[in-house]
Amino acid sequence: MTASNDPVIECRSLWKVFGEQADAAMKAIQQDGLGKEEVLEQFGCVLGVRDASFSVRKGEIFCIMGLSGSGKSTLIRHVNRLIEPTAGDVLIEGVSIGDLDNRALRTMRSLKIGMVFQNMALMPHRTVLENVAFALEVRGMTRAERFEIAEQAIATVDLGGWKNHYPDQLSGGMQQRVGLARAIAADPHILLMDEPFSALDPLIRKQLQTLFMALAAQMNKTTLFITHDLDEAIRIGDRIAVMKDGEIIQIGTPEQIVTEPADSYVSDFVAGISKLHLVTAARIMEPIESFEARTGPFDANGWLRAAPGDLLNRLADLSIDTDLPLAVETDGKVIGVVTKKALIRGIQGRSREDEGAYANV
Amino acid sequence: MRMSEETTFNILNPFTSLDLGIASWADGIKGWAIANRSAIQPLKRVINDTIMGFEGVLQAIPPVITIAFFVLLAWQLCGQRVAVIVGVSLIALGLLDPTIWPLAMTTLAIVLSSVLICIVIGLPIGILAAKSDRFHTIIRPILDTMQTIPAFVYLVPVVMLVGIGNVSGVIVTIVFALPPLIRLTSLGIRQVDSNVVEAARAFGANPLQIMFKVELPLATPTIMAGVNQTIMLALSMVVIASMIAVKGLGNEVLRAMGRLDAGKAIVGGLGIVLLAIVLDRITQGVTQTGRERGYRHWWQGGPIGLLLWAITFLRRPSAAATEAASGGDTVQISSASSEG
Repeated sequence: MTASNDPVIECRSLWKVFGEQADAAMKAIQQDGLGKEEVLEQFGCVLGVRDASFSVRKGEIFCIMGLSGSGKSTLIRHVNRLIEPTAGDVLIEGVSIGDLDNRALRTMRSLKIGMVFQNMALMPHRTVLENVAFALEVRGMTRAERFEIAEQAIATVDLGGWKNHYPDQLSGGMQQRVGLARAIAADPHILLMDEPFSALDPLIRKQLQTLFMALAAQMNKTTLFITHDLDEAIRIGDRIAVMKDGEIIQIGTPEQIVTEPADSYVSDFVAGISKLHLVTAARIMEPIESFEARTGPFDANGWLRAAPGDLLNRLADLSIDTDLPLAVETDGKVIGVVTKKALIRGIQGRSREDEGAYANV
Repeated sequence: MRMSEETTFNILNPFTSLDLGIASWADGIKGWAIANRSAIQPLKRVINDTIMGFEGVLQAIPPVITIAFFVLLAWQLCGQRVAVIVGVSLIALGLLDPTIWPLAMTTLAIVLSSVLICIVIGLPIGILAAKSDRFHTIIRPILDTMQTIPAFVYLVPVVMLVGIGNVSGVIVTIVFALPPLIRLTSLGIRQVDSNVVEAARAFGANPLQIMFKVELPLATPTIMAGVNQTIMLALSMVVIASMIAVKGLGNEVLRAMGRLDAGKAIVGGLGIVLLAIVLDRITQGVTQTGRERGYRHWWQGGPIGLLLWAITFLRRPSAAATEAASGGDTVQISSASSEG
C-alpha cells in the first residue's frame, strides 16, 4: 500500500472516563495510577479509553480489534469528536479537533470524514438516494448536484436499481452497502468503520469485505476499521491495534500480531488463526550461517527453492514434492533453510526459539 | 397562619385547628384577573380572529360541498375506507335535525381553533421537553394539573379575565386538551433511534438540521397520535365550554338538560359523537399512512393520484396506454389509487 509518512489521523494519549466525577477520577488516575476497578469503586466512573496513542498514515487501513466492551467503539468516536475526550488530543491532518468550534467541527465532519455504523443507522423515512445524499445535503449542495453524486456512489456499491427504495425494503447486506455509499458519497479523506460487517451473516460479510477492500484500494482512503473479528482484521488491515479494557496492548502488522503476540491475551486470540496465508519464509527460516554452524557444511543443490516472501501455504506445497529441506533464496543466493520441522511448527504458530526446532534435522 | 378561635390545637388532628387561608389567597387570582383584563386583549383578539376565520368559512360553504371536501381529504390522506366512514358520518350528522348543521360547524370551528392553537403552543414546548430533562421535570406536574383539575375551577378566573364567549371557551379547551400533545411530542422525539441521530451528527448535520430532517419526521406518527388525543379532548370540553356562553352543539345539550328535554340532548350529543368520529378517523389515518404508506409518494394515491393519472392519460393517450400495457410507472399510479 502506498503511504506517505504524514499521519492523517493521530491520537495522542487519549483518555476517556465516563461518569459525573470524570475530572476528579482522571486526576486520581494520573496522580495515583488507579486501575479500572478502583475508578469504578471510588468515583463511580467507567474507564472507556486508557492512554490510547496511535497514528494512521495516508491510505492505510488501520484496524482496531478487541472484544465488546474493550472501548474500541468509544475510541473511534473520538476521531470525529462524537465523544469528547477527558484528556489527550486527536489530530486530523495535523489539526487538533479539540480546538475546533462547533461550526468548524461540522464542516470537518461533512467534508473529511465518512462513517459506517454497525447497525447501519440509515434514515427509515428517506429513500436510498436521499440517505446517500445526506452528507452533501447537510453541506448545502443543490438537489440536482447531490443526487448526481449520490447516484455514482450507489453505482459503486452495485445498488443501481434500488435508489428509490426505502431502507426497510433492503436486506441487511444491501443496507450496509447503502451505509458504505453514504460514507463515500461526500468523497471524504477518512473513513471510520465501526464494526460495519459484524451484524451480517458470514457469506455476505465476506462479500462486503471484498467489495470494501477493492474500493479502499481504488480510492486510497485512510481508514480506521473497528472489528471484534481477528480474521477480518487480518484480512483487511495494513496494521492492527489490539485493545483490551480500554487500553491498546499491541500495534503491529497482521504478521507481527500473529507471530509475536505481546502478551498472553493476544496470543490466546491469535491461537486459532491460520498462519498459512500470513507468515512468510523469512520468518520461519533458519539463517544459513546458523544452519551451517549446527549441521556442518552442506550441499543445497538438489533442494527446492523458495523466496523469503513466500507464505507458509506455498512452502507446504513445495515441501510435498521433496523429502529435503527448502532453501530460501534471494538474488540467486541461499540465505536460509526451512526444515520440515520448522515448517510444521510455523504452521502451528510456535516459533523456532521455543522449541530448539533444529536439534535433529 | 392563625389558630381558629373555637378549636384548640390537637396534635392528632391538627388540620381542623389550622387555617392557612389558601382559599382566600387563591381567590385573589380573581382580583388579579379582573385587574389585568387589558393586558390580555391582544391574545384575545388573535384567538377571536382564528375562531371567526374558521367559523366564517365553515358557515359560508354549503353543507354538501363541505362534506365533499372532507370526503376527498380523507380519501387523499387515509384511503377509501376512511373516506366512506367520513362521508356517512357527516351525512348522518346533517340528518339528525334540520337545524343542526350550522351548530355543528360552530362547534367544529371552536374545536379546530383550539387544536390549531394547541399545536402552535404544544409543539415547541414538547420539543423543548424532549431536549431538556430539567424542563421535562418542571413541566410534568404542570401537565398533570392541567389534565386533572376540574374544568369548573378555572372557568371562573378565565371568565373574569376574558369575559364570556367563544374566546374563553377556546382557552379552557386548550388548558384541558394541550397536555397529551406536549407529552407525545416529547415522547416521540425521545424515542427516535439515537443511532440515526448519531449518524446525522457524524455527517456534519447541525442541531436544526437534525431536528427538521431526522427527529421531527421520525417522531411524526407519535406527534400525530398526540394531535388526535388533543382533538378528542377538545371535543369532550364542548359541553362544559357552553356554560360560558359558547354556542354550538354543546349549548344545545346544555339547554336540553336544563329543560329535561332528553330528545334534544341526545341529538346534540350524537352530533358531537359524529364529529368526533370524523376527526378521529382522519387524524388516525394520517398517523398510520405516515408509517405504512412508506413506499410511494402521497400524490400518487387518492383523488390527486387519480387526477394526475387522468391528465397524463388524456394528454398522451397512446403513450400512457403502451406504458400501462408494458407495466410502467403509470400502472403503479393507477393501482396505487385503487388500493389507496
